[in-house]
Amino acid sequence: MPSERAAEFTINHVQVLDREGNVDEELDPDLSEERLLELYRGMKRARRLDERAIALQRRGESGTIAPALGQEAAQVGSAVALAEDDWMVPSFRENAAYLARGTPPHALLWYAMGMEEGAEIPDGQNDLPPSIAVGSQAIHAAGLGWAQAIKGEEHATIGYFGDGATSEGDVYEGMNCAGVYDAHTVFFCQNNQYAISVPREKQTRAETIAQKAIAAGITGVQVDGNDVLGVHRVVEEALEMARKGEPVLVEAMTYRQSMHTTADDPSVYREREEEEGWEERDPIDRFETYLEGRGILDDETREEIEEAIEEELAEAVERAQEGREEIDPAEMFDHVFSELPPELESQRAAFGGEENGE
Amino acid sequence: MANELRMVEAVRTALGEELARDESVVVYGQDVAVNGGVFRATQGLVEGYPDRVYDAPVAESGIVGLGVGLAAHGMRPVAEIQFSGFMHQAYHQLQQHAARLRSRSRGSYECPMTIRSPYGGGIRALEHHSESFEAGYAHTPGLKVVVPSTPADTKGLLTSSIRDPDPVVFLEPTRLYRAFREPVPEDDHTVPLGEARVVEEGDDITVVAWGAMVREATRAAERVDASVEVIDPRTIFPLDSETILESVRKTGRCVVVHEAPQTAGMAAEIIARINDEALYYLEAPVERVTGYDVPFPLFAREEEYLPDEDRVAAGIERALSA
Ligand SMILES: Cc1ncc(C[n+]2csc(CCOP(=O)(O)OP(=O)(O)O)c2C)c(N)n1
Repeated sequence: MPSERAAEFTINHVQVLDREGNVDEELDPDLSEERLLELYRGMKRARRLDERAIALQRRGESGTIAPALGQEAAQVGSAVALAEDDWMVPSFRENAAYLARGTPPHALLWYAMGMEEGAEIPDGQNDLPPSIAVGSQAIHAAGLGWAQAIKGEEHATIGYFGDGATSEGDVYEGMNCAGVYDAHTVFFCQNNQYAISVPREKQTRAETIAQKAIAAGITGVQVDGNDVLGVHRVVEEALEMARKGEPVLVEAMTYRQSMHTTADDPSVYREREEEEGWEERDPIDRFETYLEGRGILDDETREEIEEAIEEELAEAVERAQEGREEIDPAEMFDHVFSELPPELESQRAAFGGEENGE
Repeated sequence: MANELRMVEAVRTALGEELARDESVVVYGQDVAVNGGVFRATQGLVEGYPDRVYDAPVAESGIVGLGVGLAAHGMRPVAEIQFSGFMHQAYHQLQQHAARLRSRSRGSYECPMTIRSPYGGGIRALEHHSESFEAGYAHTPGLKVVVPSTPADTKGLLTSSIRDPDPVVFLEPTRLYRAFREPVPEDDHTVPLGEARVVEEGDDITVVAWGAMVREATRAAERVDASVEVIDPRTIFPLDSETILESVRKTGRCVVVHEAPQTAGMAAEIIARINDEALYYLEAPVERVTGYDVPFPLFAREEEYLPDEDRVAAGIERALSA
C-alpha cells in the first residue's frame, strides 16, 4: 500500500511573562503604562467582584455564581485587546471580560440575583448576554464574524467557551463554519482544566484543545492563560488575522481556582496539592511582581487602585440590592415578542389579578 | 420492608439495584461517576460498578446517541442529562433515532434506553435549568415519558423504565429531590408505566397534576370547601386516560395543573381527551392552571411564574362556581 504523509501539524505554546514575573523581551507586546495598569486594574476588579458575589451567595442574597477566580488574565488580557466595535460572545463565566468591556458591576450582580435586568446590554456595547448552555454560543461568534466578513468590516468577534465545551458538537460546527465563510472570529477557549468534575484528560483524548482548530482548517494556538501579557499578545495577533478572514482558535491554559459554581464541592474530585500548585501561578501575583519590577506599581498606586475598587463595589452592591426590591414580575411578559400577542396579553392581564385568587 | 428515603436516594437505590440485577445496565452522563452526579443521584455507584458507571464528556447529543448504539448492541443504557434544559442539545438523537429505532428497523432493533434528567422549577437555578418540556417528549412518537412525584414511585417507576423495552424520558422534579422522605419498598419494587395514582379521593372536582405540582394540588385541595380528587398520572405518555376520565365522570369538574407553558401543553391534550370521552358528564369547562407562555424566567421571578397552591385553589374555585 503506497503511503505518504497527507498532513502535518504543530501547535505553538506562547508565554511572555513567566511564573516569576520575568518577561520574554522578544515577545513583549510593549504596551503603554496606561494599558498595563488597565490590565492590572481589570484583573483586580474582577477578582474582588467574584469574591463579593460568592459572599452574597453564601448569605442567600444571590443565586448560583460561576466565579472566574484564577482566570482573570485569560479574560481581561483578551477582552482588553478588543476594539470597541468588535463583538464579544461570552459563555457563563465571563464576569471579568464583561467588566473589562464596560458592563457595570451592579448589572452582573443583578443577573446573579436572578434578574433578567442584569443581562441588558449597555448602549454601544457589542456583547451578547451570558450563554448558559455549554458551547452553544460558539456558533453565534461564527455568525457574527461572518456578518463582519459580508459587510466588509474591519472588526472581529471573540467567542468564549471552556475546555468541556469543546466536546459539544456546536463548538466544532462554529469553528468549521467560520473557516468556510472566512468569518472574522477568534474562538477563545479557557482551558481551566475541569468541566465541573471531569478533568481535561477525560474530556478528550486530543493532546491539546488548540489542535481541534486543525480539523476545521483554522489556526490553533496555545497560550499560558495566567500570563496576561501573553494572552494579550496572542489575542491581538489572532484578531488581526480574524479581521482578514482567518479565524483562530486560542487555547488559554489556566486554572479555575475556586469551585465550578457555588453549588459545587471540588474536594470530591481534585487534590489540594494540585490547587496549591496553580495558586503559585496566580495571574495577578505574577503581573504585580512584573509591574513592581518596572516601577509602574508601588504601594501607593496599589492602595489607590484597591480603594477605588472597594468604593465602586460597595456602590454596586447597594444598587443591586435596591434594584432587587423594585423588581416587577409582570415584566416577564414584556420582552418575549416585539408586540404582545393576544394570548400573552390575556395572561399578563390575569397575572396577579382575580384569576390568581388575589 | 421499607426504608425512609428521599427522592434522590430512591433514584440511587433503583440504579444500584438494577446495576446489580442486570449486567447489561450501563449508567453514564456528565459528572455521574467521580462526582456522583451534581445532585448526588449516582453517588457511590462507580465504586461498585467501575466498568458500568461512566463520566461522559460535555456532549448531550453524544450521550443519547451513544445510548442508541449501546442499546442496539444489547446493553441497557441509563443516561443522565444533567438538566433537562440541555436535553435540547440531544433532541435530534432522541427524536430521529432513540424514538424511532424500533419503527425504522421494522422491529428488528429496540432501544431500551432510559434518559433521566432533573426538571422543573423552584430551586433558584440558572437559565435553562427549570423548564418542563414533557409535552415536547409526549409529542415525539416512540418515547415514553415518566414524571414521579414521590420517592416510592420514583423507585418503582425508574425500575420499570430501565426494564422497559422502549426509550423512556424520566423527568425527576428537582424541587422534590430532597423535599421529604417516605417509606420506599426495599424489595423488587416496580410501578407499571401508564398507570395513574389517585392521590386523594373526592367527589366534587378532579385535579390532575404531576411532578412538583402534585403537592401544590394537594395543599390547594385541603384549602377549598369541596371534596377534591387529586390524580397524578405519573406517566405522561402513555397517559392513563381511563383513570382521569372515570374521575371526571364522577365529579363533573376538572382542573389540570402543570408548570409548563400553557399553549400546547399537556393540559390541552388531557382536556381534549375529556371532551372526546366525557363531555356530557361535565358541569363546567375544564380549567387550566399552568405556567405562562414566556421563557422560564430567572429565579427572581420564578415564584410568580410557577403555579402554586393559591393559583390552584383559585382554579378549583373557578371550576366549582362555573
Ligand atoms: C449544554 C449544557 N450541558 C450541560 C450543562 C451543565 N454544565 C454547566 S457548566 C458545565 C461544564 C462546563 O465546562 P467547561 O466548558 O470546561 O467550562 P467551565 O465551567 O470550566 O468554565 C456543565 C456540564 C450546561 N450548562 N449546558
